[in-house]
Amino acid sequence: MIAFEAVSKTYAPKAKAGGEGHVALSGVSLSVRAGEVFGVIGASGAGKSTLIRLINGLERPTDGRVVVDGDDVAALGVEGLRDLRRRVGMIFQHFNLLSSKTVADNVAFPLKLAGRPAAEVKARTAELLARVGLSDQAAKYPAQLSGGQKQRVGVARALATGPKVLLCDEATSALDPETTEQILDLVSGLNRELGLTIVLITHEMDVVRRVCDRVAVLEAGRVVETGAVEDVFLHPASATARRFVREADGEPAAGAVLAGRVVRLTFRGEATYKPVLGEVARTTGVDYSILGGRIHRLRETPYGQLTLALTGGDVDAAIAQFQAAGVRVDPVLIGEGA
Amino acid sequence: MGHIDWAEIAQASLDTLAMLGGSMILTVLLGLPLGVILFLTGKGQMLDNRAANGALSLLVNILRSVPFVILLIVMIPLTVALVGTSLGVAGAIPPLVAGAAPFFARLVETALREVDKGVIEASFAMGAKRRQVVINALLPEAMPGIIAAATVTAIALVSYTAMAGVVGAGGLGDLAIRFGYQRFQTDVMVVTVVLLLVLVQALQMVGDRVVRRVSHR
Ligand SMILES: Nc1ncnc2c1ncn2[C@@H]1O[C@H](COP(=O)(O)OP(=O)(O)OP(=O)(O)O)[C@@H](O)[C@H]1O
Ligand SMILES: [Mg+2]
Repeated sequence: MIAFEAVSKTYAPKAKAGGEGHVALSGVSLSVRAGEVFGVIGASGAGKSTLIRLINGLERPTDGRVVVDGDDVAALGVEGLRDLRRRVGMIFQHFNLLSSKTVADNVAFPLKLAGRPAAEVKARTAELLARVGLSDQAAKYPAQLSGGQKQRVGVARALATGPKVLLCDEATSALDPETTEQILDLVSGLNRELGLTIVLITHEMDVVRRVCDRVAVLEAGRVVETGAVEDVFLHPASATARRFVREADGEPAAGAVLAGRVVRLTFRGEATYKPVLGEVARTTGVDYSILGGRIHRLRETPYGQLTLALTGGDVDAAIAQFQAAGVRVDPVLIGEGA
Repeated sequence: MGHIDWAEIAQASLDTLAMLGGSMILTVLLGLPLGVILFLTGKGQMLDNRAANGALSLLVNILRSVPFVILLIVMIPLTVALVGTSLGVAGAIPPLVAGAAPFFARLVETALREVDKGVIEASFAMGAKRRQVVINALLPEAMPGIIAAATVTAIALVSYTAMAGVVGAGGLGDLAIRFGYQRFQTDVMVVTVVLLLVLVQALQMVGDRVVRRVSHR
């Protein structure tokens, strides 16, 4: 649905500074499949907004190609770009609603811009407001709404022209945890029910974990890791990804490492609920100290991760037995953290 | 109050209102597009164009730096060419517009700069053309600021009309100067000044009320 082919973006230098310009993205290649929720995570200034703005042509690549729904975005003319933008909706961190228009008029705005007949605009607006649960707020102005309600208006507006793709630029970063959850539920509902392809940008691993299928990790304008959320989340390969995972889970009790072999066990799906630990300890005679752990859900899949120090008994047999029970075992290097 | 000629005061009031109304309409018609163009050709804006912006900005600054009394006199030939006379209400309108439109344009430009950039970006992201962004997003979002600018401009025009009296435009200001100041008829001066004050107060009140009506922030 969306493909980045070796895309670079350099912002023109400030005339006065006379410098080289600012490299926001370099050599980014990734592809977003139709119907998936694709996350892009990165720290502030990593180039996330630049990346998402390339998708609907708000920015042009300095190098490489961005192909969206079969169109090379940079090659589109004015009309082609407008047409693309009706197929790609966008929501924003600060909502960007028109303060001079009512909720209903904000939602109707893209339809009016597209020159749709008044009767259709009215019917569609009512339908969209019902979808986001704001039918009773139609006549209010954005200033009279809460943050979560404003973002719902943003979502309804982004859906007005019936897009195939929804871009979310830090759409929950200005919201409290409870409201964030509501908006994420709404967005993943759109993905399931309408088959919408979603590109979601965030600096919070928790957001990725809750709704994304796959994720790309962005560091200083480069993609340092891409993969299924489960893999990146449970076995982050890059330092950046590890940092985000740790932020999401809190610091484990590293440093308290004693004697023995330190390993990390990863339970996924059914294995999470099996009483494997005690069984293995009994049959192999190993003792374990728990150094850190977490039990959570990745969308619908439960998982658990435990960092253990194994002592005494037959450690190798214990590891083999864990693996036989469908538990992944990784050695942990001291200082790496969990 | 022996020598107050109420009929003359009534006529002068009507003249002032006519000058104000006529010049205000033309000021908005000229100043609004000028302000929009000043904004759009500015740095980093939709029609970023240094040459055009610099030229317009210079024109605006020239007109704004010439004292209005001088503008009145310098413009006489142009005024005669435009409306056939440099006297009366008609003769006052061209210099009033020349003085107020650049002022209003600058205030409009400032009001447009206050509009949240994110809203403009969102409009483009929804597939708006530039013209649609200006007409359907930028101007409505800036409307409270633009109305406030129009109020300030209208009030400035009231004092300009008084000065226009000096070159024979008539109106309340003219009356205040001729009778009150030159013939020491203080009571005439007081009445005209009170009427001007009432006019200014009314403009401010109406302006504020409209701003409140159109502002939903
Ligand atoms: N229009 C611009 N002109 C010049 N530099 C820019 C422009 N937009 C972004 N940048 C720079 O490019 C880099 C990447 O910016 P971008 O907005 O894509 O980051 P981000 O990951 O979205 O950050 P944040 O989390 O703070 O929103 C930053 O260093 C920023 O200063
Ligand atoms: Mg950003």
